[in-house]
Amino acid sequence: MQRALRGMPMSKYSSQEMVLNMGPQHPSTHGVLRFVLQTDGEMMVKAVPDVGFLHRGIEKIAERVPWQAFMPYTDRIDYVASVNCNLGYAAAVERLAGIAVPEKAEYLRVIAAELSRIGSHFIGFGALLLDLGAVTPFVHALRERETFNDLMEMLCGARLTHNYVRIGGVSHDLPPGFREKCLGFVDHLEHEFLEEFNDLISFNTILINRLANVGVIDPETANKYTLTGPNLRGSGVPFDLRRDEPYSVYDRFRFDIPVGTGKFGVPGDCYDRYWVRILEVTESCRIIRQALEQMPGDGGIRTSLPRPFTVPAGEIYVRTESPRGELGYYLISDGGKNPFRVKVRTGSFSAMTIVETISQGVMVADLVAIIGSLDVVAPEIDR
Amino acid sequence: MLERFNIVGRLSADPDLILTTVDRAVNLARANSLWYLLMGLACCSIELMQTGGPRADIDRFGSLFRATPRQSDLMIVAGTVTLKMAPRLRRLYDQMAEPKYVIAMGSCANCGGPFDLSYSVLRGVDKIIPVDVYLPGCPPRPEALTEALMKVQEKIRNEKYFLKKEA
Amino acid sequence: MDQAKLSEMLRQRLSDAVVSVEDMKNDDTLVVVDKDSLVSVAEFLKNDRDLGFTTLMNHLGVDYRDRMAVIYNLYSARLRKKVTIKAYLDREKPEAPTLEPLFPGVSWYERETYDLFGIRFIGHGNLKRLLLPEDWEGFPLRKDYVYPESYNGIETKRSDLLDAAGAAGDAHV
Repeated sequence: MQRALRGMPMSKYSSQEMVLNMGPQHPSTHGVLRFVLQTDGEMMVKAVPDVGFLHRGIEKIAERVPWQAFMPYTDRIDYVASVNCNLGYAAAVERLAGIAVPEKAEYLRVIAAELSRIGSHFIGFGALLLDLGAVTPFVHALRERETFNDLMEMLCGARLTHNYVRIGGVSHDLPPGFREKCLGFVDHLEHEFLEEFNDLISFNTILINRLANVGVIDPETANKYTLTGPNLRGSGVPFDLRRDEPYSVYDRFRFDIPVGTGKFGVPGDCYDRYWVRILEVTESCRIIRQALEQMPGDGGIRTSLPRPFTVPAGEIYVRTESPRGELGYYLISDGGKNPFRVKVRTGSFSAMTIVETISQGVMVADLVAIIGSLDVVAPEIDR
Repeated sequence: MLERFNIVGRLSADPDLILTTVDRAVNLARANSLWYLLMGLACCSIELMQTGGPRADIDRFGSLFRATPRQSDLMIVAGTVTLKMAPRLRRLYDQMAEPKYVIAMGSCANCGGPFDLSYSVLRGVDKIIPVDVYLPGCPPRPEALTEALMKVQEKIRNEKYFLKKEA
Repeated sequence: MDQAKLSEMLRQRLSDAVVSVEDMKNDDTLVVVDKDSLVSVAEFLKNDRDLGFTTLMNHLGVDYRDRMAVIYNLYSARLRKKVTIKAYLDREKPEAPTLEPLFPGVSWYERETYDLFGIRFIGHGNLKRLLLPEDWEGFPLRKDYVYPESYNGIETKRSDLLDAAGAAGDAHV
């Protein structure tokens, strides 16, 4: 007994590390994610993510269905921005098989993808604010997202899992009244909503204190862990696949690439990642306006594919810019009706790998801000 | 609203007095304060969030989300249940207090849906917990979820706790 | 630097280490290496002053039925070029060296490949299952994988529904 006590510290209050469980059912983990937290009081020693609670085996399903039939599953890889996932897959198959896409269809894809990006960012920063305890801004973001849902419903009939893009084109042309409603939505966002939203929350002192100087990722670490998309741009790296490796018709539009500048803290903190997303909504609005203007009035919207549709044997890696970063499809075809192997590289997966590193030494409450600002969604991680 | 009480006795001369059974009064209170557990698993969780949002506004029906199972009456299983998640889901269900109800939202929760081809997906949440309302759709619209909630309310209103013992 | 020039340069400077250098679709260069020289080739591509392939975009495993492979997609922001490294592995005993010390971000990708293909990465710091539960049997993305009938007592088939539908169908006939 004496012996056992001898090793203990003299202090009256001895401390030891505690292991806490967070998730998989937790309101601020963005779906079914689990974290094993090692804490020393209120300070975090380490947060180890445990993923896979939504692993649905989409890559195996791809090998069991024909090339076109995999398209609805791409919706479910990232259900918050499904058109972007459709577009990435379609672009990869088209480049592998050498299919030309009508010009009008490319414009329709861009319009739908940018609308989707706006809708995704609403969930992205809305959920971040909700996790930090600000419920009202989230409701405002959801209100605007309903208009996006209406627009997509006009376009293709679905609210959430759109399945809009087809291999070789898109499924529907613009319905009457869409152009006016879409322009109205874009104008409303740029001139009314974002201003109101920023007044409401973005420059709120409490929010700035919660986000600025928290979870700083410098460009070098971001590159080491392959962060992409808004998370990389939040660290101050102006890299955007829409500009640096243009796909579809993105090279025909003028738009800026917002980067984190350390608006209220140091570059690469949570506030920068939040602010980059707010600015990207404006850029998407600009792209949509230009696309609606430049779009040719007539022309087909889909190339007819040979039946049965097969893809010549080969391998390809095509990456596109989704709202969560680089969305890459590595396709392998053996010349058959089904894909031989489909690997989906997603932004959330690599964003999740960095959590263990940057969560060391932060407060427990800051972890929520870090996860929220990285804007991860569970299906992209697990697939 | 008063008709719902289904007055069994005669109204007395006093208009402030309403006669009803305890069952009906209790059920009316229970049906209109259904707090649901935030069980957003996959795609359907976005529609679940938007049902709670400003347009569909499920709060009108006295239903709002709780983050803990111990305060919830209703579990809305919104999304695909994987085999890794299934034991956790069962545990959360066990932690809810009786009486409890379950809505299986979306095709995945009903029967596996499009992920029937997968190796790691549970074919329907009713394999591990009892389900009251099956809601088809991939994903169901907010209006559909609202109707599913009303079906649960209807079920609750017709339940009987204080039965007369047979002689 | 254009495509042909890059492949020519890689062919010259890596002549003894690589099996072949080919052009790939989508402005990409495929470098097939022996698995023993995987690390040295990746190190050269990353650290060479002219190349600078410092970003690891993607990693995946493939089961080609007769053999397995690991594939790494690298990107050089300096050259704006992509390179794909591929190493074939023996299917009976799939083992590859890890690239974790060079690219820390690849850690989870390799865990996922181990999880779904059973490819062991020698020297990996934390090679555990990532997506599937710890007690899962088999490696699902292999081509000869057989779907399990049940997991921990939970049946994975929906035969009851099919039976009910079948019975109803018979009744109508």
